[in-house]
Amino acid sequence: MDKKSSRDGFGKALCELGRLREDVVVVDADVATSTRTEGFRRAFNKRFFNVGIAEQEAVLVASGMALCGELPFVSSFAAFLTTRAYEQIRTCVAMPNLNVKLVGTHGGITVGEDGVTHQMTEDIALMRSLPNMKVFVASDFHSAAVLTLLLGEIQGPAYLRVGREPTPEIYKEDDKDFHPGAAKLLRPGDGVTICACGIMVHEALKAAAILGRQGINAEVLDCYCIKPLAVQQILASIRRTGCCVVAEEHNVIGGLGEAVARVISEEYPVPIRLVGVADRYGQSGTARELQEYYGLTYREIVGASAQVWALRRR
Amino acid sequence: MDKDREKFLAKTALEVRKDVVRTIGVANANHLASSLSVVEILVYLYWEVMRVDPQRPNWEGRDRLVFSKGHACPALYAVLARLGFFGREELWSYKRLGSMLQGHPEYRRTPGIDASSGSLGMGLGIAVGMALSLRLRKSASKVYCLLGDGEFQEGVVWESIMNASHYKLDNLTAIVDVNGCQMEGRIENISNLEPMEEKLEAFGWKVLSCDGHDLKELEKVFTEINMHKGSPTIILARTRPGKGLKKIEEGLLRPTEPVTRLLMEEALRELEAFDKAYFQEGEEQSG
Repeated sequence: MDKKSSRDGFGKALCELGRLREDVVVVDADVATSTRTEGFRRAFNKRFFNVGIAEQEAVLVASGMALCGELPFVSSFAAFLTTRAYEQIRTCVAMPNLNVKLVGTHGGITVGEDGVTHQMTEDIALMRSLPNMKVFVASDFHSAAVLTLLLGEIQGPAYLRVGREPTPEIYKEDDKDFHPGAAKLLRPGDGVTICACGIMVHEALKAAAILGRQGINAEVLDCYCIKPLAVQQILASIRRTGCCVVAEEHNVIGGLGEAVARVISEEYPVPIRLVGVADRYGQSGTARELQEYYGLTYREIVGASAQVWALRRR
Repeated sequence: MDKDREKFLAKTALEVRKDVVRTIGVANANHLASSLSVVEILVYLYWEVMRVDPQRPNWEGRDRLVFSKGHACPALYAVLARLGFFGREELWSYKRLGSMLQGHPEYRRTPGIDASSGSLGMGLGIAVGMALSLRLRKSASKVYCLLGDGEFQEGVVWESIMNASHYKLDNLTAIVDVNGCQMEGRIENISNLEPMEEKLEAFGWKVLSCDGHDLKELEKVFTEINMHKGSPTIILARTRPGKGLKKIEEGLLRPTEPVTRLLMEEALRELEAFDKAYFQEGEEQSG
């Protein structure tokens, strides 16, 4: 299978957006090669600003540019952008509801060998708790590209998480049907609802195939928009399946899992299990090793699905 | 600047000062000292330097002011009201629930506010972004950023200082209200910033100093700035916290003291007496 990273999808779409719109500017904190904004820099040098190793300044500059009518994209590693510049994001982007787009690359633990400081499993929680902020997670090259274009269309602040590792293709290139507040139904089923995002979407599909052989017909949703969440789609699914598993490359605290759990517990309580990083930090290792070590594979999804299926609401 | 103009600006500053005292007094709020120290700077900026249109607060061709020391907003509010961005009676609702005039300036809620502020150290970075954007758009608009001196203790200010200089933003002017005070005391006793002039020059800025209460000196530095090309400019405007009120100027009252009704009346009497002595006029009847 052809593997490309979601950060490459972002970089490609950013160039496309730059061609389409004159107001797109990119603010970089000296990581353009890694975040794949390099292509934009080469194509539109005048609209590209490397402010140096200074994430806080990058967000402030973007805020000022948005106030003058530009459409700024700020991109850095998720680990640095969302934490070092959190107050700038909160006070100067989210509060005044400015049209600033934040793209955190190298999300999750599959950053791999660079180790714990560069891995990021708290970004969704941080961004999700900001009023006005929309939060997206790309699951493959193509969804990253479409979501990047979508960021250009929607008004107000938004955060997109993309990853470093090349991942299997999930979407066909002609699939442009992505919207805020929606999720993608990738596999219909009536046994268990699996909500996933990012790299866990592929794992969920793998798990669904195994569950199918065991007689559990899993429904897989790619919840690429964490906020606003696809509440009606998720509720419609769990009303049929009566149980739910959520899988994400994020701390189990504050991520997609808790977002889904809140909706389910308020609207239609069913058994639910969260697959994610168990409130701990990562370490160096290959991406796949880390996925195995921290329990972010199809195996955990299969196990959790079997558990909730046995307890499902009928 | 001719005599009449100077007198007009001085009188305007005095009226703004009275409104600042009233605004803060009615709200029973604090930050009186830091609001009073920026009055002449704001008056000079808005009446002599900046191109703004109170009827069209979002006019694209306007000059921008990022009011980084957001806590001193009563002074900015009083100036904007006087210019007609909104009615003067709004001043009396400062800090109240649902008010147009928030405790710290809020973009979109108040006409004439170009950027939200309140969390210290963020304004200059926003101003850098504005200046970059305006240059990209080949706009003749200028960006001004008013900072407090204490703000320079925030590290991100220096990131912005480096950036503005790197991008040679000569459409950006920062004005520092050097009143020497911060919340818990004198700056030199808490985390010293001097020598500011040498530091900023070393970072590549054109640095000018003046007395921030002297309109003639303000005129001199702003004229010099207009001629300057090739780098951002910064004015170190030396001011006195609580300027115009003896009790604060002489240190009998802590600059951060909340303003009670009694204190407000006493301050207004003092400003009125000054008004009578220098301008031979009584209180303005308006608003």
